[in-house]
Amino acid sequence: MRQLATAVALVVMVALAVLLPGAAMAEGESVTSTIRYDDPASGEERPAVGVAVTVRDSAGAVIAETTTDDEGRFLVELPGAGQYTVELDPATLPEGVVLRNPDRNPATVNVQDAQAARTIFATSAGEGGGGGGVSGRQIAQLTWEGLKLGLFIAMMAIGLSLIFGTTGLVNFSHGEMIGWGMLIAYLFNFHGLAGFLGFMRDLPAPLGAGANLIVAAAIAIVFGAALGWGLDRFVFQPLRRRGISLIAQMVVTIGLSLVLRYLYLFAFGGSPRFFKDYTAQAAISLGIVEITPKDIVASLLAVAVLLGVGLFLIYTRMGKAMRAVADNRDLAESSGIDVQRVIRFVWTIGGGLAALGGVLLGLSEQVAWNIGFRTLLLVFAGVVLGGLGTAFGALVGSVLVGIGIQVSTVIIPPELKNVGALIVLILVLIARPQGILGRKERVG
Amino acid sequence: MLLAAIDWGFIFDQTLTQMVGLNAAVYAIAAIGLNVHFGYAGLLNFGQVGFVAVGAYGMGLSVTLWDLHPVLAVLGGVVFAAIFALLLGIPTLRLRADYLAIVTIAAAEIIRLMARSTALRTVTRGAEGLNEFVGPFREYNPFDASQSYGIGPVGYRGTEFFAILIGWLVALLAVLLVWTLMRSPWGRVVKAIRENEDAALALGKNAYWYKLQALILGGIIGGFAGMVEAVGKATVQPDFYVAPLTFFFWLVLIIGGVGKVWAPIIGSMIYWALITFVQNLGRQLVDQGIVPTSVMDPSQVDQIRFWIVGIALALLMVYRPQGIFGSREEMALDAR
Repeated sequence: MRQLATAVALVVMVALAVLLPGAAMAEGESVTSTIRYDDPASGEERPAVGVAVTVRDSAGAVIAETTTDDEGRFLVELPGAGQYTVELDPATLPEGVVLRNPDRNPATVNVQDAQAARTIFATSAGEGGGGGGVSGRQIAQLTWEGLKLGLFIAMMAIGLSLIFGTTGLVNFSHGEMIGWGMLIAYLFNFHGLAGFLGFMRDLPAPLGAGANLIVAAAIAIVFGAALGWGLDRFVFQPLRRRGISLIAQMVVTIGLSLVLRYLYLFAFGGSPRFFKDYTAQAAISLGIVEITPKDIVASLLAVAVLLGVGLFLIYTRMGKAMRAVADNRDLAESSGIDVQRVIRFVWTIGGGLAALGGVLLGLSEQVAWNIGFRTLLLVFAGVVLGGLGTAFGALVGSVLVGIGIQVSTVIIPPELKNVGALIVLILVLIARPQGILGRKERVG
Repeated sequence: MLLAAIDWGFIFDQTLTQMVGLNAAVYAIAAIGLNVHFGYAGLLNFGQVGFVAVGAYGMGLSVTLWDLHPVLAVLGGVVFAAIFALLLGIPTLRLRADYLAIVTIAAAEIIRLMARSTALRTVTRGAEGLNEFVGPFREYNPFDASQSYGIGPVGYRGTEFFAILIGWLVALLAVLLVWTLMRSPWGRVVKAIRENEDAALALGKNAYWYKLQALILGGIIGGFAGMVEAVGKATVQPDFYVAPLTFFFWLVLIIGGVGKVWAPIIGSMIYWALITFVQNLGRQLVDQGIVPTSVMDPSQVDQIRFWIVGIALALLMVYRPQGIFGSREEMALDAR
């Protein structure tokens, strides 16, 4: 089914050259391009690294030979304006990837004075087997994958929903809390508990070399909770004290998310990577579905954590207080609940859950700097479907969104599966804006 | 001593060039649309880039698919943007402000993902984008493409100069339109709804319908930003329309002052001057080795912009939400 996306794309976008021609124009003429491709296995866009490129002038003399860097980018300085040809060696493209328009290789570029010219090499995955009927087995497999994704989304969604419930704030930086967990786990997974500091790099694992992912994940949860705590303590509680309106606070979360996301890009780089442990595993066949051991463990862990959170919300004093504040803040406050303490707790728990969700997502897919934003939109879909502000609604909605996304690939191309979820989000708002478990007066 | 290696003249030239350049015009137009949404009607649009994309694709597809005359193609962009506004507005405008925010940010991303998808490649050309629509527009260009136009250090090639002139003209017209509308009875109703929806309802005004109209109007203006950008750069590429762009427009609007009619234009110039200056300075600092590559390599210089925008957005919103020229009374911050 996955190969149904036979082709797929990609391109070149020296987006930065488009966004800011002034900066790219710096002095001399040059030609540049970024070559990317869609990995047929994951559907993710990846840079094509190490592709050989030859640039010739109009007389056919070789100006430069180079290869693309870690971001799939090459840049060749040119002696002056004029016509040049850029030839890419198709044999150096990643396996299974071909040029979509082989007749446009070599490409001709006209370079003007002081221009950083762009060329475009679109790639597509080689012919994969597509089509075929839909079997019950496929549906079962997709449902299982959807359930897994839904559980991960739920883990992140509960925090978002509870923060909204207790403060009224839609936290657009929740995606970066997810990314934070993922990247912290990656950091400790690869560089060890202290190896990244430099001076302890030579010590044995888990101090120096990379720590096992399980240890790294535990640390990531602590860091995630700390981030949530810190955001409330140093950003949002002061804002509430100042009486800053919720809309202004929402814009603050947007600003925060931009800063964090691009700090991740700065520190981690643009290429997606994998955790060191448990990446490639053979799937075990369980009757009608095939499951990798890591997915079983991750899903069971997600179920356990969600159950734990549910029991916590129902039976503990703090859990009851959280639901009470989400239900009616003034009433909760007047009955003696320390609302600020509850909110701080919600942010901390939300941060920890988002971090764990990020680790599980990185384990099941891959680790990337911008995964938070992409996931956030799915989390929104789950939360709105379930009912904004309710913890259990977030759970139900997220699982439904996860299953819906995966099963929908039976009909629609996998690259558009997330689009389906977002369209569902819009439809829910038309039909039942309060969501499945929400109550009407919340939305008006 | 170290700073002597920096070519300040070049940086200032670039800064001036960008301050009144194509990007500044495009951002100004997009922010004018956002001003109608947020500044006047109090609508929390976190997906303005979706309108920009839809406008650009509407115009581009009108030429590449249906071979329409440029004037009709522009109309195509307008229609696309209006339909997009209807799709977003109808489900969400009866709900609280944050639902519109969630839906717009999601819808803008839907547009980008669909435009670059393989499934629609025969229509939108996937991630390559539309590159063959600009010919009919260039026929109206009175300037020589090979010559440079400008004053002093600021100069643009003919094709770009043409697009820049059109861009600022559109921005000017949009400002005049908004200015006129906001002084009209329609504008007073829209502002009344922003201030107190219940009071407007009690006076018999159909708040939902007025908000929808404002969403469409601001969306169409956003669509024009996309069209100007597309003609100026001769391309419509899906990956240009990424989510952070919306918040660049937001910063432009907030710098100038939310709800001020000239704010987007002034804000856009200040924004581009600031960003160009910082990026060029950063680039030179890295190129000259004053900032070692172990700290920051040349490709990372471009990320500085996102940090500046994020930090500026948050700080302005908290400490000076009215921007540089706005007044606090015009703020629609309590639209709940």
